[in-house]
Amino acid sequence: MALISRGFSGRPRSDEPDLPPGQYLTSDFPVLSAGPTPRVPLDTWAFTIVTEAGERHSWDWKAFRQLPAEDLTVDLHCVTRWSKLGTSWRGVSLDTLLEDVETAAEYAHVRSYGGYTTNLPLEDLLDGQAWIAFEYDGEDLAPEHGGPARLLVPHLYLWKSAKWVQGLILTPEDEPGFWETAGYHIYGDPWREQRYAGD
Amino acid sequence: MRWQPAEVSAVHAETQSARTLTLRVEGWAGHLPGQHVDVRLTAADGYTATRSYSISSAPAEGELEITVDEVRGGEVSPYLVRDAAPGDAVEVRGPLGGWFVWSPDSIRPLQLVAGGSGIAPLMSMLRARAAAGSTAPARLLYSVRRPGAAIFAAELERLAAPGSGLEVTYAYTRAVPPGWPRPAGRVDARLLAEAAWPADRSPDVYVCGPTGFVETAADLLVAAGHSATDVRTERFGPTGSTS
Repeated sequence: MALISRGFSGRPRSDEPDLPPGQYLTSDFPVLSAGPTPRVPLDTWAFTIVTEAGERHSWDWKAFRQLPAEDLTVDLHCVTRWSKLGTSWRGVSLDTLLEDVETAAEYAHVRSYGGYTTNLPLEDLLDGQAWIAFEYDGEDLAPEHGGPARLLVPHLYLWKSAKWVQGLILTPEDEPGFWETAGYHIYGDPWREQRYAGD
Repeated sequence: MRWQPAEVSAVHAETQSARTLTLRVEGWAGHLPGQHVDVRLTAADGYTATRSYSISSAPAEGELEITVDEVRGGEVSPYLVRDAAPGDAVEVRGPLGGWFVWSPDSIRPLQLVAGGSGIAPLMSMLRARAAAGSTAPARLLYSVRRPGAAIFAAELERLAAPGSGLEVTYAYTRAVPPGWPRPAGRVDARLLAEAAWPADRSPDVYVCGPTGFVETAADLLVAAGHSATDVRTERFGPTGSTS
C-alpha cells in the first residue's frame, strides 16, 4: 500500500469507467507534439511502404482515398495519462494497405512529415488493429491532430499513432523511434502501463 | 522507473491560482532543465490519481519544485494548490522526458516562449542558466493575461539585471500595466520580430503553454524562418476547438 496523501479524496469512485492503470478520463482532445505542426498539402502527400527488400508501395492522396475505408470507434490512451473513450474515426485499415506487400519483416518503423518517427511490431498493425485515419468525428482530420492523415493504433499508447504519417519501413530489427529514444517504452501497452523504458 | 516517497517541505503562493511546492525526495539526483515529474496522490481508501508536472527549480540533489496552476474542477491540482501543506506526503517518479530539455553547456542563443503556467519548465532553464554562469544569450517572451498573472515576475526581473545576458518581454493578452507601450493582445509576428532572436542567430527555441498558444507561437516561429527541428514544444490542456 502506498503512502497516503493527507486530505486527498479524489473523484467519486462510481464515476470511474474501466481505464488502464494510472489513466484519467477526459472529454477534451489534448494535443501532444514535440514541435511545430507540419502543414502537408494534399497534392504532394503520399503514403509509402518500403519493405526490407527495398520494394516500394506508394499511394498518392487520390489513390489512398479510393481504397476501401472503415468507420471505427475506439478508446485513446495517452502516456501523459489522459484517456478519451468512444472516439469516432474514418480510415483505411493497414490490412488493406499491406495486402499486396510481401515481407518477412517483424517490425515497422513509422515515419512522419516533420521528421517524427516511432516503431512497433508489424503484427500490431495487422488483423484490424490499425488504420491510416483521415477523418475525426465526421470532419477532415485537423493538422494539430495529425491531418491530413495519421496512423491510429488504439491498443498502444497514443504516441505510437504517429501524426502526419508519411510511411512505413519494414525491418527485421526493432529500431527505436523519437520518443522511444527519449526514454519512453519500446512497446507501450497501456494495460501493462509500459510508459517508460524499463516499465 | 520506481515511485519514490516525497515530502512537501514548503509551499509558496505565486499568483491567485498558482503555487510552488517544494518536494524533498531522498536520493533524488537532480534533473535536466525542462524535464517533468509524475506526482501520485493516494486517498485513505487506496484510490490514486497521478498527473505530470514540469519541474520549475534549478537542478538540485534531494529536492525539486513544481509550480502548479489550478485547473477548475480538476482532481489533483486543486489539492496541490489549496490543500497540501508542509509535512504532507506524495509520491514522485522521474525525472522524465528527454526532448524538451536544455543544457547549460549550450552556447547557442536561447529563445524561450511561455504562455501562462507554461513558464514552469522554462524557469528551470533560466535558473539553471544563472546557476551555471552560462553566457548563452537568452530571451524570454512571456504571455500572460494581465500583470498580476505573471508567475516569477520579481525573480525574472532580478535574473534579467543588466549584464545578465537575459532579456524578458511580456505580452499581455487582456489587460496591460499603466503606460504600457502596446495594447493588450496575443503574441503576433510583429512582437516576435521585436522581442525574439531572429532565425539567422539559430537559437535553441522552447515553447511551452496551452495548446492554442503553442500552436500559434510555433507557427509564427516557423514562418519567421526558424527551422522546425530547432523549435521544441510542450503543450497542455484542451485544444480549444470543438469537442
